[in-house]
Amino acid sequence: MAEANLYGGLIGGLLIGLAATLFLLVNGRIAGISGILAGLITSKFTSEWFWRAAFVIGLVCGAAIYAWLRGALPLQHQAGNALLVLAGLLVGLGTRLGSGCTSGHGICGLARRSPRSLAATATFIACGILTVYLTRHLF
Amino acid sequence: MLPTISSFALGILFGLGLSISEMTDPARVIGFLDIAGRWDPTLICVMGGALAVTLPLFPWIQKRQKSLLGEPLQLPSQTRIDARLIIGAAIFGIGWGLAGLCPGPALANLASASPGIALFVLAMIAGQWLAIRFGSR
Repeated sequence: MAEANLYGGLIGGLLIGLAATLFLLVNGRIAGISGILAGLITSKFTSEWFWRAAFVIGLVCGAAIYAWLRGALPLQHQAGNALLVLAGLLVGLGTRLGSGCTSGHGICGLARRSPRSLAATATFIACGILTVYLTRHLF
Repeated sequence: MLPTISSFALGILFGLGLSISEMTDPARVIGFLDIAGRWDPTLICVMGGALAVTLPLFPWIQKRQKSLLGEPLQLPSQTRIDARLIIGAAIFGIGWGLAGLCPGPALANLASASPGIALFVLAMIAGQWLAIRFGSR
């Protein structure tokens, strides 16, 4: 991996925070990506379904605009297909049981001063660190 | 119609943020989680930048009864830290560490048209479906 991208990280982070804040102000909703996606499975084809789909399509379009301006998306490392399927299943299962992911718990939940989100964020970061340690340094 | 338009626009802003911060690159995420290797602090800057906006503004917005579009604010009502929350977060953390992808970057990465990313997203939706189907309270 190249050098840390501190400025890009900070600017990107500010934009993410701004998007989450405006989403609460304008739409009255928490910008938790796993929750928005899960609602596409559970909600009927009403306005509820459409704003959720619009957000997901917007996410893809935002990344596509970046790729168009900069030539490519930053996507250097990618796991093998079998590992990607296993990881995807775990991420889907875990974010539903745990009611949120990095955005819902990590960015919005902490901003709401939610002890649940703090506990969830600490848990998924700790388990992520442990998983990387086991897969990179022990096995 | 208006909530759909603003949702689309803010999805774009969110996706731009994820790309500019390079959180769409699993190497950045795994680099952050790899504290025993060449640690990459980029994710700290992303969380810090995002929280610098949300931490001061959320309490102020939460005082409102309705959103700017006139909908009631919908906030999570649960407050209990239970086994389900911790086990779910732990399972998510393991998956996150294995591939370096969480839901936002995974969806944004669909723009790369990478078959591996499409597989991850399909598996993630299947995982969510399993949890909703069999794991409901």
